[in-house]
Amino acid sequence: MTAATIESPVMGRPGLTDTVRQTLSMAWRQMVRIKHNPFELVDLSLSPVMFLLLFVYVFGGQMAGSTADYLQYVLGGLIAQNAIFLTMYTGTGINADLRKGVYDRFRSLPIARSAPLAGKIFADLFKQVWSIAIMLGLGLLMGFELRSWAGALLATLALVVFALAISWVSVLMGVVADSEEKVQIYAFVIIMPLTFTSSAFVDINTMPGFMQAWAKVNPVTHLADAMRGLLSSGPIAEPLLWTFAWAVGIFAVTAPLAMRAYRRKMV
Amino acid sequence: MSPDNAIETEGLTKRFGDLVAVDQVDLTARTGTVLGVLGPNGAGKTTMVRMLATLSQPTAGTGRVGGYDIVRNAPEVRSLIGLTGQFAGIDELLTGEENLRFIGRLLGMPTKDAKARARELLGQFDLSDAADKAAKAYSGGMRRRLDLAASLVGRPQILFLDEPTTGLDPRARGELWELVRGLVADGTTVLLTTQYLEEADQLAHEIVVIDHGKVIATGTPTQLKSKIGGQTLRIQPEDHGQLDSLRALVAERFPDIEPIVEAGAITIGVNDDGVMPALAADLRDRGITLTDFHLGLSSLDEVFLTLTGHRTEADADDETQPEEAAK
Repeated sequence: MTAATIESPVMGRPGLTDTVRQTLSMAWRQMVRIKHNPFELVDLSLSPVMFLLLFVYVFGGQMAGSTADYLQYVLGGLIAQNAIFLTMYTGTGINADLRKGVYDRFRSLPIARSAPLAGKIFADLFKQVWSIAIMLGLGLLMGFELRSWAGALLATLALVVFALAISWVSVLMGVVADSEEKVQIYAFVIIMPLTFTSSAFVDINTMPGFMQAWAKVNPVTHLADAMRGLLSSGPIAEPLLWTFAWAVGIFAVTAPLAMRAYRRKMV
Repeated sequence: MSPDNAIETEGLTKRFGDLVAVDQVDLTARTGTVLGVLGPNGAGKTTMVRMLATLSQPTAGTGRVGGYDIVRNAPEVRSLIGLTGQFAGIDELLTGEENLRFIGRLLGMPTKDAKARARELLGQFDLSDAADKAAKAYSGGMRRRLDLAASLVGRPQILFLDEPTTGLDPRARGELWELVRGLVADGTTVLLTTQYLEEADQLAHEIVVIDHGKVIATGTPTQLKSKIGGQTLRIQPEDHGQLDSLRALVAERFPDIEPIVEAGAITIGVNDDGVMPALAADLRDRGITLTDFHLGLSSLDEVFLTLTGHRTEADADDETQPEEAAK
């Protein structure tokens, strides 16, 4: 039995290729938004630029004896920190769309449930690439010695994969929280201590024992070490492996939770 | 082949905690007609539409849209329907054309077809001139038209319009009505919720009146109007002391009608405006001078008073939609 007419053919649950295509359409919408509001990218660049200048020229001498040495150390850490902060905007964006009723329209369309959320995450990866380019560019102007361009490429790739996974934490908060401000507060309270208790800015061997124990397992440490290894100097394989392990773990836990919370929203 | 009834519900119920937002609602919309769901704010109209459009699940009861169960066959239902909600589901940063093209792409149209469909709808909805302007620059009426256009990209057979004209000025309202009439002429089934009796009267083939989540009356606009009086006559004597003699006169002339006495005036529902001259002559003969003597269209408020014996409760508690309150 088919109730189909020429106008709107009856469709069942969307398959995987449909889901991918719909996710890309959702991402397209986000890219068009950036096209209409390019200042968003300038806004995004302000805080990484400020952090990089402040950390290197204020703390640099004290931290590493010279600003040049500290720049070699901290750039990877700042890139890692910024990437994690950026994912917060994924959650605030989803929260705003949910409250404005944009998702009501999406939910009434014959498209995959995950497409709006995945599309937003996907589009935000562009912002990640943009930010790493800005920070690396400024770093080079400040005298950063890049290990190799292949390393820079690999670092970008690794960052994108990690961001893809931890964005789901932000999505979860965006779906659950009742306002954008709350998403920002939650994110700040989690991200700030998380990034500071890692190897992003300082050598963890200078920390007291209990803090070292935590900093050694902190995913930000692994991400920062991987960035440092690929861009500047130090081991690459081990921190990269740990970074991916964390990414897979975080994704496996938070993506289903976020999807479940999203479905629950449809009371 | 479409089923005879595009929309059918049986005992459709939605509870939010202790609040019964939609209570055992049975309704049917015949294929190709407009079903008007009339009720005040907080009556449960939006909650009902959300269930039928598969945005939320019923607590009890069943619903079928286009012959498909709204819970078990939600994906099939979604492929048949269009929804225009109270809150515009459009992206303000995108242009009108981009908004429509985006929906087309989501629905799997090739880019070329999505563009063509967007242009076609913009033309049909008189938005061609604003096609390349950001939607945030649109007026209220233009936004609603764009929102309606967005729900039509996939050429749905069944359309849900949740208070499509609330907040619009009369001209924009009239324009939207024309668009809805055009869609129905092309064979679309429409379920329309509204707070305005006039809107239901203008567009609907069949009206369901709901209050506190319950159906309190159903019928064609003509049937409902004859039950409640399509028009309202308000008579206010200059001297408050003459209210009783006015009341006696009204009782004589309209023995079947229960008048509403309120704020020093008498209001009655009437179907025939020919009563005015005779009544005016009677009033003059009895020496009752008036400050107000006018015939108006019955408002939803008067419909409710007639059907339920209470006015629509416009107090703050009832203003919020139940699902808002439940959040």
